[in-house]
Amino acid sequence: MQTGKQLLDLPGLRSLVTVLRERGYTVLGPTVRDGAVVADEITGVEDLPRGWGDSQQPGSYRLRPREDGALFAFAAPVQSAKATLFPARVTLWRRTRTGDGFTTELGDPDGSEEPPRYALLGVRSCDLHAIGIHDRVLDGRAVVDPDYHERRQGLLTIAVTCSDPASTCFCASLGTGPRPASGFDLALTEILTGGHRFLAEVGSPTGAELLAEVGALPATPADLSAADRVTLSAAARMGRTLEIDGLREALYDGAGSPVWDEVAERCLACMNCTAVCPTCFCTSVEDVTDLTGTTTQRDRVWDSCFSAELSSVHGHSVRASTGSRYRQWATHKFASWVDQFGTTGCVGCGRCTTWCPAGIDLTREVAAVRSGQGPARTRSRSLAHAGGSDEGA
Amino acid sequence: MTGIEELAPERTVDGTGRLVPHPFRVVGRRQDTADTVTLDLRAVDGELLRFAAGAFTMVEVFGVGEVPISISGDPAAPELLQHTIRDVGAVTHALVSSAPGDIVGVRGPYGRGWDVLDGAGGDLLVVTGGIGLAPLRPALLEVLAHREDFGRVVLLYGARRAEDILFADELTAWAERGGFEVQITVDYRTPGWEGRVGLVTTLVEHAGFDPQRTLALVCGPEVMMRLVATALVDRGVPASRVRLSMERNMHCGVGLCGHCQVRELFVCEDGPVLPYDRVEPLLTVAEL
Repeated sequence: MQTGKQLLDLPGLRSLVTVLRERGYTVLGPTVRDGAVVADEITGVEDLPRGWGDSQQPGSYRLRPREDGALFAFAAPVQSAKATLFPARVTLWRRTRTGDGFTTELGDPDGSEEPPRYALLGVRSCDLHAIGIHDRVLDGRAVVDPDYHERRQGLLTIAVTCSDPASTCFCASLGTGPRPASGFDLALTEILTGGHRFLAEVGSPTGAELLAEVGALPATPADLSAADRVTLSAAARMGRTLEIDGLREALYDGAGSPVWDEVAERCLACMNCTAVCPTCFCTSVEDVTDLTGTTTQRDRVWDSCFSAELSSVHGHSVRASTGSRYRQWATHKFASWVDQFGTTGCVGCGRCTTWCPAGIDLTREVAAVRSGQGPARTRSRSLAHAGGSDEGA
Repeated sequence: MTGIEELAPERTVDGTGRLVPHPFRVVGRRQDTADTVTLDLRAVDGELLRFAAGAFTMVEVFGVGEVPISISGDPAAPELLQHTIRDVGAVTHALVSSAPGDIVGVRGPYGRGWDVLDGAGGDLLVVTGGIGLAPLRPALLEVLAHREDFGRVVLLYGARRAEDILFADELTAWAERGGFEVQITVDYRTPGWEGRVGLVTTLVEHAGFDPQRTLALVCGPEVMMRLVATALVDRGVPASRVRLSMERNMHCGVGLCGHCQVRELFVCEDGPVLPYDRVEPLLTVAEL
């Protein structure tokens, strides 16, 4: 197979989408909807967000027009691949009462027989890493999430280097981007200087086949260095950083930090952050029974450590305070996740910060815990409220 | 630190992660105390449910809901699944209200148990209160079946009042026929009770066992377990030989849903029974 770096022009990208569709894939790619870049089914290159970038700040997301005609020059879309591989609601089974018990049908009886085969176009390196993490969490342990496993089996990924990161991004700190390094079938880097083109790297035999089928050209040294410049420039414009060395110990040691209570004064426990996080995996099951009491359906739905019910035992929440829930979330991402799965649970995509209605910046709060004190701006407020807290030990 | 893994190896997807309850028939019901009932259950398809003493299942009442409940039966008799259930919520109320012939859903067993036979060759100390005796009963039955392998077997049990004492007849039988040293205390004296009054934690100090060669099993509210574990460690029992059964919101039972996490632990998988040296740093942080 041809494994070297190759070049796709715009018609080449166009036929790549066509070939994927001909091969039976549902192609999910970035597209503009409701004032944001979202992943949705695309039928051609014209569905891509040409001429749109984004501006992301803590608590703010805005589309931003671009003059350069770039197709992939936006930062993290609203949702990651999580929404596709691990949907917010999945029917686990449906059951009917019988004379001596009940019979159970697995899956969604109204759903299609064949699981859809998805080709994800434009996946960011951060989100690829998140898929790698979910592979361990949901598909790499004693008990496998069967729905994730099924969706994951048929997945094809065409990653794209992030060329214009947001102010909330910090993948460069975590080594998870901006350029996809592995875990893809194809990885593209969009080059705008000297002609609109895409450097294509092969990550799998399927990826090589696809490139051959669409007639990719060999890449020149000039193409390679242009792509490197895109990567370097993006890494240099990353809006945030996070020091990861020693963070696990710092967070474990910081369980009694006043920062958690201080964050709780701003945190609404609205669960936006866990919904947009590409690795958050907490779920609940909802059993729905029909009016006659003869059938029951069990759905698995996203849940969140920001909900009081998640940790509830006999109607009493173990994590009753918002501060303890924020601590659980942040500590899980950078500390206990490492113990559980050998990797952090954060990929630096910045979504939690962008989509937080209170604009809470994860990197800043975590750094404050590490520094051993609350942010100077809010330190006195935190102490004033310390008396009302039942946290701390 | 974050690294992309190769695609996960092909795995056998046995459907366990679909959280499917299996039909079990109620074949017996015994009212233990005013609010506690033991149900005898058999799989409708006759399958045996082998379990480790200390493990739990998820028990479901059609259309009402599903709750984690420890198995209270005999590990040597896997054809009969026994659960001792206290009437505290909607699902447990439906369960204690069920009658022989009724069908309930069961999935599991889940979790790591007491591994009580690991204490063979030494003394065994069991400290528990109230319904906490139920998850320990399977371990005590194992000890009874291997009685000659153990030295002193001391059971310290606390109940609210005399009429709340669980498995009272068995406690007597274990003492008489199994040579267990059973000490019972109640929180509140009621007419007819001539035994001890006080918290079970107060019994630990004077219980007779050899700390260096004792395995201790503790089940109760978290604060009670901490007090007992601290007292045991003070008496010289190694923290690794003190085992606690942690109570958290077990929801899926298989480590996927995230509800029962305590810092790095998935209590449903890593526990519910955990050695004190592993959980001690976690128990001292509020709301963890």
